Amino acid sequence: MSAEVAAPPARVLVTKIGLDGHDRGSRIVASYLRDAGMEVIYTPPWQSIDAVVNIALQEDIELIGVSTLATDHLIVPQLMKTLGDADLGDVGVIVGGIVPETEHEPLLAAGVDRIFGPGATREEIVACALELVTRIRTARGTDS
Amino acid sequence: MKPDPVQLPLPGFDRENADWTERYQAQIGEDRVLRNRSGIEVRPLYTPGDWSGHRYLEDLGFPGKPPYTRGIYPTMHRGRRWSQRQLIGLGTPADYNARVKSLLDAGGNAISLIPCNSVFRGVDCDEVPTALLGTCGTVVNTVTHMDGCFDGVALAETSTALNDPSPFTLLAFLLGTARRRGVPWSQISGTSNQSDYLSHFVANHMFYRLSLPGSRRVLLDHIEFCQQQVPRWNPLSVVGQHMQQAGATPAEAMGLTICSAIQYADDCIARGMSADAVLRKFTFFFDISISFFEEVAKFRAGRRIWARIVRDRFGIEDPRAMRFRFHAQTSGADLTRQQPLNNIARVTVQALAGIFGGLQSMHTDGYDEAITCPTEESARIAIATQNILREEANLCDVIDPLGGSYYIETLTDQMEAEIEEMIARIDSAGGMYEAVETGFVQSMIGESALAFQEEVESGQRKVVGVNCFAEGTDDSEPAPYRPDPEAIEQVVAGFVEYKKRRNSRASQRALDALARSAASKDENVFAAVVEAAEAGATHGEIVVCLRNELGFGNPLITP
Repeated sequence: MSAEVAAPPARVLVTKIGLDGHDRGSRIVASYLRDAGMEVIYTPPWQSIDAVVNIALQEDIELIGVSTLATDHLIVPQLMKTLGDADLGDVGVIVGGIVPETEHEPLLAAGVDRIFGPGATREEIVACALELVTRIRTARGTDS
Repeated sequence: MKPDPVQLPLPGFDRENADWTERYQAQIGEDRVLRNRSGIEVRPLYTPGDWSGHRYLEDLGFPGKPPYTRGIYPTMHRGRRWSQRQLIGLGTPADYNARVKSLLDAGGNAISLIPCNSVFRGVDCDEVPTALLGTCGTVVNTVTHMDGCFDGVALAETSTALNDPSPFTLLAFLLGTARRRGVPWSQISGTSNQSDYLSHFVANHMFYRLSLPGSRRVLLDHIEFCQQQVPRWNPLSVVGQHMQQAGATPAEAMGLTICSAIQYADDCIARGMSADAVLRKFTFFFDISISFFEEVAKFRAGRRIWARIVRDRFGIEDPRAMRFRFHAQTSGADLTRQQPLNNIARVTVQALAGIFGGLQSMHTDGYDEAITCPTEESARIAIATQNILREEANLCDVIDPLGGSYYIETLTDQMEAEIEEMIARIDSAGGMYEAVETGFVQSMIGESALAFQEEVESGQRKVVGVNCFAEGTDDSEPAPYRPDPEAIEQVVAGFVEYKKRRNSRASQRALDALARSAASKDENVFAAVVEAAEAGATHGEIVVCLRNELGFGNPLITP
């Protein structure tokens, strides 16, 4: 991205799927991304997978952040599949929260780009988000 | 020979104080301003110049008498140990039953039941992906499930805390179980641990199911029903824990909790219930963070304020109503994923603060709390932590042992002022119900959460293993608890079979009656919930029926 031409802000969805409602983390991360200049669509917890995919379609979402603290990561592979079926396989997906190491592999295999655990910093999260947005823009030819 | 009581000014005090100040400043250079989590400045030394004890009877008094600063009972922990009530909830009813028995064997003396997240969301086990069932709580959808949870447990002799938000189906299932076993409801004791719907709308969104006005009405019906039919049950536990876990400071959480209690008391009185009888049944539930002195002061100040509110706002001097009875849980938000065994030390300090704060009942977290629902091993260590503090460290020998410390008493006064200010803000916002309805409380807590996180990330607030001492240590992760998938499949299959075999006409009739009671103005909705549960209706069916009548909660969530 050239410095002279202002790129449109990244369009990011921060959400929670499944059953858990603890949203302290997702609210903080949403603030971080917004402070970094991104346009953040923030949903309440317990979104269905179809609802998340619909929002991603309708809002031209480039990156999805899924917060999970209480085992809802176990249905993230299903989210990845549904995204792929909707032709949104190139949208970046970051999972943040509590994901035991032994359960990282199925998520990464399903196409999750990055998993952030406790201790992840604002800088790491923002840098990763920007990188994934750049990736999708390059792939889609929308980066100029 | 007794020493003379302290007389201020002490001869020579000012000179010595000035001398110390000079020497302190000479050695420390430019002093940092330290603040506790509630924003109160923490100075390096406290003396009789801060707190002299000359208002001892008014501000502290003796344990068991107003203002209860030193404890709500005359004998406190020396007379009676606190209840060791571990949160328990996992897997299938059979898994739960095995864990309860193991914790009772390990020295726990009271039990609790945390249902599966699907229950919190108001749905039955056949409506969600099975991968999510039983990972964070027990699958309980029917009286039969509840009967299985308490197999071999004597209901009349066991005090049970149910994490049971509106419309309180778990209590309905417990009462159904009692009737099946021929145990009179008058002998059932325990607490509806999650009846504080305001806290759910503010901070623990996993619980909300009904609209705010609907939740308000069902809670009042629940309180009224319990007063009449289950007299040993505490129908209301006012919860500060959710708000502090969501980011409220200790002073904010205490202030908001007291505001919720005021709201509930006002609502009960408006309903025509006796304020005295209602307030006698109120209990509270708080978080204990690792900010040790601040937490001790929070609890001491909370007791004093509540006694005053009961007396001055509600005009009641009955000690049973003025006593600030509370359960507390060590803070999970303070625990770290990194270097997880360190959490045993953190929980120990948090538990100390709770004990010195004069709690009646405590849950200590498992060290693996940041990763998983506790494993059997971590749950045993958590109970052992309480046992060690009680039996080996002799913490029960002296009542309120920190009382009279210049620092603790000054801090108690300062926390009291902060809490009072919060209460005044909520009063001027129209009370807690309105402050929640407008989102005022939610925004405030969100700001506090962000401010705290920024302090951790900037390194201003140290967390061992996270932003300091993070190198070169064992960072292995405890294995997460996951229920046996086959056992979960069997529970779901059994549930589907149960719905086929039950007398569906009877359960449908009871659900119709439930809908009518919710649509009416004067019937007791909770009585109809109990009848529906006993007639075979499931948790999800009861919730759906009431959602249709009373509306679904709008959580008012903003990032």
